[in-house]
Amino acid sequence: MAIKRTFLTLLSAAVLAGSFAVGSTTKAGAEEAHFIPLLVYRSGPYAPNGIPIANGFIDYFTLLNERDGGIDGVKVTWEECETKYNTKVGVECYEKLKNKGTAGAALINPYSTGITYQLIPRAPVDKIPILSMGYGQTAAADGRIFKWVFNAPTTYWSQASAFIKYVGQQEGGMGKLKGKKIALVYHNSAYGKEPIPTLEALSKKFGYDLKLLAVDHPGQEQKATWLQIRRYKPDWTFMWGWGVMNQVALKEAAAINYPMDKFIGVWWSGTESDVVPAGDDAVGYKAGTFHAPGANTQLHKDVYKYVYGRGKGAGEKSRVGEVLWNRGMLNALVSAEAIRTAMGKFGKKAMSGEQVRWGMENLNLSKSRLKEVGLAGFTPPIKVTCADHEGNGPVIIQQWTGKEWKFVSDWISPMREVVRPMIEAAAAKFGKENNMTPRANCM
Amino acid sequence: MEALQAVFVLPFLDMAGEPLFFLEVIIGGLLTGVNYSLVALGFVLIFKASGVFNFSQGIMVLFAALTLVGLMERGVPVWLALVLTVLAMIALAFIVERFMLRFLVNQDEIILFMATIGLAFLLEGVGEIAWGADVKELDIGIPDKSFEVGGILLNEFDLFAAATGTVLVVGLAVFFHKTPIGRALRAVADDHQAALSVGIPLKTIWVVVWSVAGIVALAAGISWGAKSGVQFSLSLIALKALPVLLIGGFTSVPGAIIGGLIIGVGEKIAEIYWGPLVGGAIENWFAYMLALAFLLFRPQGLFGERIIERV
Amino acid sequence: MFYREAGQFKTTYAGDQAVFPILQDRAFVIAVILFAFLVVPFIADDYWFQAILIPFLVFSMAAIGLNLLTGYAGQLSLGTGGFMAVGGYMAYKMTTAFPDLNILIIFILAGLIAAVVGILFGIPSLRIKGFYLAVTTLAAQFFILWLFNKVPWFYNYFSSGVIAAPPRSVAGILVVGPASTPMVRYLVALSFVVVFTLAAKNLVRGRIGRSWMAIRDMDIAAEIIGIRPFQVKLLAFAISSFYCGVAGAMFLFLYLGSAETEAFNINVSFDVLFMIIIGGLGSILGSFLGAAFITLLPILLTNLPPHLGFSMPIDLQSHIEVITFGALIIFFLIVEPHGLARLWQIGKEKLRLWPFPY
Repeated sequence: MAIKRTFLTLLSAAVLAGSFAVGSTTKAGAEEAHFIPLLVYRSGPYAPNGIPIANGFIDYFTLLNERDGGIDGVKVTWEECETKYNTKVGVECYEKLKNKGTAGAALINPYSTGITYQLIPRAPVDKIPILSMGYGQTAAADGRIFKWVFNAPTTYWSQASAFIKYVGQQEGGMGKLKGKKIALVYHNSAYGKEPIPTLEALSKKFGYDLKLLAVDHPGQEQKATWLQIRRYKPDWTFMWGWGVMNQVALKEAAAINYPMDKFIGVWWSGTESDVVPAGDDAVGYKAGTFHAPGANTQLHKDVYKYVYGRGKGAGEKSRVGEVLWNRGMLNALVSAEAIRTAMGKFGKKAMSGEQVRWGMENLNLSKSRLKEVGLAGFTPPIKVTCADHEGNGPVIIQQWTGKEWKFVSDWISPMREVVRPMIEAAAAKFGKENNMTPRANCM
Repeated sequence: MEALQAVFVLPFLDMAGEPLFFLEVIIGGLLTGVNYSLVALGFVLIFKASGVFNFSQGIMVLFAALTLVGLMERGVPVWLALVLTVLAMIALAFIVERFMLRFLVNQDEIILFMATIGLAFLLEGVGEIAWGADVKELDIGIPDKSFEVGGILLNEFDLFAAATGTVLVVGLAVFFHKTPIGRALRAVADDHQAALSVGIPLKTIWVVVWSVAGIVALAAGISWGAKSGVQFSLSLIALKALPVLLIGGFTSVPGAIIGGLIIGVGEKIAEIYWGPLVGGAIENWFAYMLALAFLLFRPQGLFGERIIERV
Repeated sequence: MFYREAGQFKTTYAGDQAVFPILQDRAFVIAVILFAFLVVPFIADDYWFQAILIPFLVFSMAAIGLNLLTGYAGQLSLGTGGFMAVGGYMAYKMTTAFPDLNILIIFILAGLIAAVVGILFGIPSLRIKGFYLAVTTLAAQFFILWLFNKVPWFYNYFSSGVIAAPPRSVAGILVVGPASTPMVRYLVALSFVVVFTLAAKNLVRGRIGRSWMAIRDMDIAAEIIGIRPFQVKLLAFAISSFYCGVAGAMFLFLYLGSAETEAFNINVSFDVLFMIIIGGLGSILGSFLGAAFITLLPILLTNLPPHLGFSMPIDLQSHIEVITFGALIIFFLIVEPHGLARLWQIGKEKLRLWPFPY
């Protein structure tokens, strides 16, 4: 009985302490600073991807504060919240962080398809713009309906069309696509299904045969999928995979002796943690991306000097320059540039979500600007407009050599004439279902 | 009419049209099935000896594989790492018995089930703290090249894993039937109280089964981990083992292997020949539906002990 | 001293069979309900509504549903997430097809459809028992999610396969959709939970509840005394799935706002099962306590250490959170295998004598 009583006391103490803790979450910061909530996933099944992304983010913000004293003199603050890639936890994190900082959250990077979908309807209500860079809802590229959502520099649909263009180049002309066989191995979820409409539309246009192979979550067991590929003998195989599905697919592809250089993954299937566990089997595997791999730019040198040199790095120094670290860094950079653009209009103070939305919509990362921030040649220029929240950025193919990722193509611009009407149609449908009218003043 | 034909005629014509491929599908299914059995075995061992539906078996697979890879990454030779991992799993069995099972004797089975879920959370956290979240390559030196025999593609590693699985199952069956500990295990499974009264030490038996289940988990961890790399998702493999249990019965060691083979072959054939009709990715639920169909005829699984009910 | 039923004499059968026969209980429940309706809306902020109160209410609803099936009728189910998905998706389909139909009625209709699906997947329970049944209900879980994911009709052919709650008003007040205020959604959720809790409470003390318990305790014996297992078990599945379906509609419309099938995945089923085991099998109150425990504890574990001044890397904190969660579950089951509801009962017993225990 004694143990039970102690237990009861403990329990009630915990409940009391808890209500106190949760009740007083808002702390006013004294200093004027931008606040950026970071929804990260450093634990759970997708942590291998979440950790480098989060470190890239933080390292870049640290760099801004250490080297430049913030963005144009206003410091950047951030707070991490662990989501475990779980939508419900993500919602809790968002609610916890959205009003923190002197001017509230400047913008949010949800870093999970599920959480992005959650936040899209909330963004106009809470007045916090969403930057879902290379993920989330493709239709959000239509800024007339999705005023608060940005998915620059490019989307899954654009990427799918770029893949087809690349295949056309490799085969010796788009005319040669006729009669070719292409298989898509995809994660059976909203994310994995993204490229299907584009690939189907293009299949009608170019006359290739498309085979869709769904892999159910989590994707540990794919023998049936790869047996089907072995029988179908596709000329090219694309993959929209995530997590454990990627590593297994690479192993299975090797087990059926599928030529790796005809196997192209989405940019979330083309990271170190996808290929390294597969060992030699992964050599030759290709993946799309929208930024360079490796730690070769001036910005990386600055990160080494100002961040890791001062012992303020978020992760291990050796992992700076990994694909996902670079992506997190680029994402942080785009966020910071949007804030900087907004500050150009609204003045030197902490930016609110509404102001950053304007900055995001008027973002123009030109070639010279990219050079200024130390990223010459790292990624093509990014320009967002009121109607086009994607910016229609080009895609590039990289290949795994066994040691590192290397570019093996030029920058391929997506087939805008195909993708854009589809985006507009999907956005219009979404708008209609939710009683939204497109903004008239864009266009 | 056409739909009926697509469901009931064309898939069979397809099988007959390419018999070599069909054979390959079956072999693929069998090899996968053995791997399912390895995971299912862990469940069976513990359920048989203690009536606990051990939901943490999946995490134990992950935990064992993580420990093995973690040790190897720190430069421990493979054989030593294997030995140390086995020791770690035995230690885990002791801890589980000492701090959990001992206090839960005679509780409802659903409470025991729930406790193992708690254990799963605990192990998950400990594993991640101890060994980090990266995907780790697991290479214990087994070749994994593919080769062709008479037009059928086989993979060395798959064969090796299947062979290991078979040896383990046979070994366990012998262990259960021929050794004194095995006999004691069966006695405990039959009736805790009666076993206690003839002097069988219940606690020792529990430690033994949890240890053996840990070792089986290590085998499963190696064979699955070699494919996917060792990472958190490895624990989800437990969900693939549950239909195997249903078919084989919760209490039968040979049932686990037969059930695994049935599920492995069944889901591959369904996915490849019927999956495309409905958009694919039917493997997951098909395994459960197949198991359900078996259960409607034998509610205790193919080899499970007949449930006798008295008022 | 204060909690003592001495002197409360029942003079009518109705009084004797009341839901809360003891005056103090009745007063307490009414006070809680009044507090939840009248005070909470004014003291809670967005974070409380959105991250704590609404999910708590939604999961309480689901937990009551599962508790009716597992706790009262003894049929172990791991298909809760699937049945919730039926409720969510059907409510979405209906409200997009008939935009003028009152959304609250749609919730009920969605629950009814879930009930039909529940009956279908409950049929095997007539032959299969215990863990075998639990695992077969996973077939429902996987099949339903696969279906909603695969057949575009269920998500209105929207390219991404994600369903979003459209704006709908009741009596001029926006109750669902992105622009609705969390307070309104909280009040709607609360009303549903209160009404259906009372219904459940009535159900389990009546003939149906008693026959469920008879089946749970020993179905052969129950059959012998004239309870028909066929009807009773299927009824349990139907009513339980109805609750889960309504909870699923609430989950989508009042809590998440938009979702893909992943939101209803197997972890939801497990979470709800944890709730009823931790809370107490066969106890309506236990469903609430369990829902509170499972939804609040992780939030508490995440937010507590920083407030107490511990600062540690966020990943380590998350791992420790998971470990603590697991350890607490085990600890709980060892200390009180009958759940929080039992602790509550013990507490009440003590209150009877307090402050002068002998």
